[in-house]
Formats: sequence, structure tokens, C-alpha cells
Amino acid sequence: MSIKDKVIEIVAEQAMLERGDVALENTLEDLGIDSLGLVESIFAIEEEFDIQIPFNANEPKASDFDISNVQSIITGIEKLVSEQKI
Amino acid sequence: MHRVVITGAGTVNALGHNVSETLTAMREGRCGIGALEFQDVDRLAIKIGGQVRGFEAEGRYNRQQMSLYDRFTQFTLAAAKEAIEQSGLIFSGDEAAKSGVILGTAAGGVSTWDQNYRLVYEEGKNRVHPFVVPKLMNNAAASHVSMEWNLKGPSFTVATACASSNHAMAQAFQMVRTGMAPVMITGGSESMLCFGGIKAWEGLRVMSKDACRPFSANRNGMVQGEGAGIFVFEEYEHARARGAEILCEVAGFGMSSDAADIVMPSKNGAARAMSGALADAGVDADDVGYINAHGTGTAANDKTECASVADVFGPHADKLMISSTKSMHGHLIGGTGAVELLACIMALREGVIAPTIGYEEPDPECALDVVPNEAREANVDVVLSNAFAFGGMNAVLALRKI
Repeated sequence: MSIKDKVIEIVAEQAMLERGDVALENTLEDLGIDSLGLVESIFAIEEEFDIQIPFNANEPKASDFDISNVQSIITGIEKLVSEQKI
Repeated sequence: MHRVVITGAGTVNALGHNVSETLTAMREGRCGIGALEFQDVDRLAIKIGGQVRGFEAEGRYNRQQMSLYDRFTQFTLAAAKEAIEQSGLIFSGDEAAKSGVILGTAAGGVSTWDQNYRLVYEEGKNRVHPFVVPKLMNNAAASHVSMEWNLKGPSFTVATACASSNHAMAQAFQMVRTGMAPVMITGGSESMLCFGGIKAWEGLRVMSKDACRPFSANRNGMVQGEGAGIFVFEEYEHARARGAEILCEVAGFGMSSDAADIVMPSKNGAARAMSGALADAGVDADDVGYINAHGTGTAANDKTECASVADVFGPHADKLMISSTKSMHGHLIGGTGAVELLACIMALREGVIAPTIGYEEPDPECALDVVPNEAREANVDVVLSNAFAFGGMNAVLALRKI
């Protein structure tokens, strides 16, 4: 499964939606994922790809990790996976 | 001062998943203690406990809830549902703003600590689920009850080891009695039946490997249980005005601190808590027909408790009945007084005294009527429920028939 598909699967599970109902341009808010849901999604993504996501819930905008929509999250994870793979 | 009554009761414990199953088991003198089942139990010296069986969290709670509910919270919510549904109360407006939740637990989310320590220490993981803290915190259960039933008044969790739920219920009683709250949800819960939980208790060497036999000369220690007991404490006129079914009256409480030893019980501390409860309830010692004992089945507790009952009640100590239902459901630690309150309610409402099962040999140091092995029919008007905790903190409730 590609990184994109896997992230969509994780986000869909968190939002309690079908995968097909998650669009790349959706924001997490569009999908009904609140701040706790976001933290849980980040945990699931870290577990899945064995990466560290630089994210602090106190300052979500301060980190390099862009969570403005599903596409930006996927792009961020693709970058982290390529950087953090030895 | 207002009178306070109980208008709802709920429980999950080793004897049953609700009040009626639990009382039936107590009436039949059934034992809920058996072989423990969880990971690494083979590495324990103590392999028995009053474990709740057949309580499937999956299906009962959704995925999001499961990520936030430790087992002690799961038990609490199931018991609270039963109690609040029985009361018929739906909280809104001013009533919701004033009514709250006070629960007891000694250790909160022990199995959440255990699972996550296992992940980071044994499995070497460097990351834990984001909800570990809100799941394991001692007030998690009380918080979820408040959210589920819209209870916005005074709410918190009390931790006094084995007396936690009695202290919680005493506090809730006080709030209703003084008019601070029309209704309080109270009681307690515990779930430490996991490898780390039992391993810690093993260290003290007070646990029995085979059975809990309170007051019996051949007793050899306590046996742990798990579960929850939750009650609706309501102002008497409030309950009457809405035609609620009243289970009994909470008449008073007594609290004391031994200020002596961190684990050994004190006759004087226990006696002062019982006398305090009688005085607070305004009842004579001779009016008490039944005491639900702390009765842990340890050498120290049972003889000290019997001696303190003899001190408080004098000649009447030989006429009253005293039993320990821990012999059936095990010691629920911070939740124990709450589950044991059910035996008190049964005594007052149904005239059935729950037995002390596993009783095999009389002990001259426990020479009271401990209702050995079989339940007994008796008409009692006033009962006490004892809880004497490690740390020397004691809390006794007095209940009256209504």
C-alpha cells in the first residue's frame, strides 16, 4: 500500500468514514477530527511508518509538519519517510 | 440538615454484572474467586482473585471510548448506568449544575500503567498512545460519569487505599445533607488484576494463595477482587417529591486516622470511626443489627476489627451480626466499600444477611457472630459498613431502613 493510501486509511478510521469519503483537499476539521483525534492520528502514522513526526499540540503551526489538509499531511509524511529511512 | 437516601444502585464485580446477580450470589453464599487469567500470570506466586468474567468491553464501548476507558472506568460506567437508570433521574438545568460525582479508587488505571510500561520497558518501544495519561488518571472514571450524565456540580476522586469508596460516599453524603447538592453520584471502583498490580501486592506477603476466609482461625490472607459499585445519593424530600423508590437512608458516617503505622491496623482508630458513625447518625449502639466488616481475611485485620467492635458495642457485640463479603467477591481495594454497601442494602430491604463464606474454624480472637457460610434471614433497622485502610485511614457509614 502506498504512503498516500495508508495515510488516508488512518485518517478515515479516525474520522469513522469510508476511505472513499476522504478527499485530499479535506481539512481535518472537514472530516470532524478534533485536536485529540489529530494527536491520535499522528500516533497511528508514527507507528505505521516508524517515523518521528515533529508535532507539538501546543503550537500546531510552529512545527515543520503541515497539517492544513490531507494532501499536506501525506506530503509531509513522504518527506519524513525518505529522510528518516537509513 | 437534610436527610439523604439512596435511590439507585449499580455494580459490576466477580459475583455479577449488576445488583440483582450480585445479591443473588451473596444470598446463596457463592464464591466469585477463582484462577486469575491474564498475561504472565504464571510468573506470579498468587494466582487467584475475584476477577470479573464475561464483561466484554468490545461491543459495549466504541473504538474512541476504548482508547480512553481503562478497565476501572469501564466497570464504573456500567455500574453508573444501572444506578442512574434505576433512580430515573435525568440531569438538566439547575439540578445538573449542582449535582456531581465523587468516586473512590486506590490506584486508578493500573492496567494502563502496566500495559504501557510493558511496551516501553519490555518491548523497547519509544512511543505510547497519546491517551495514556487521560486513561490511567485516578479521576478518569468520575470524569466520564460526569460527561455521560451531564453532572456539573462538585466532582472529584478520593484515594485512601481500601477506604477510598467509603470516604467518597461519606463526602457525597455530606454534600447532600448540607444542601450543597440535591443529588450526588458516588461509590468507587478498582481494577488491579494484572501482572504488575498483583506483583506489587505479593511483595507485602499478605495475600492468600487459596482462599479468603475472614474470621476463620485458619485464615491466611486477603484475595483481590475488581469491579465497581455506584450509588445515587439523593435528598429525601427531592426523592419523595418525584415518587422515587428509596432503597435506604444514609444516616451518618465516622472517619478517623490511626496516626500510628502505615500498614498495621489500630483497634482504637477503628473504634473511633465506628463510634463516630453512630454519633453522627444519632443511633444507639444497641440499634445496630448488622455490620458489614472490613474483614480482609488477614491475621491482623480480623482480630483487630473484632476487638474494636467489642469495645464499641460492649455486650451488644454478642448480639449483632458481622460478616465479610470479601470472602465471595474478594477485596476490591478502593472500590470495596461500594460493593459491600450492597450487602448492607440487602440486609435493610430484604432482611437477608450476607454470609462470611470459607469459614472453617472458630478463632477465639474473632468470637462474634460472623454469619458463617450461609446467609441468614433477620430483621435489622440500622447497619454499619466498615473500611479500614492502609495508612490508618478509616471510614464507616451508617445506614438505616426507611
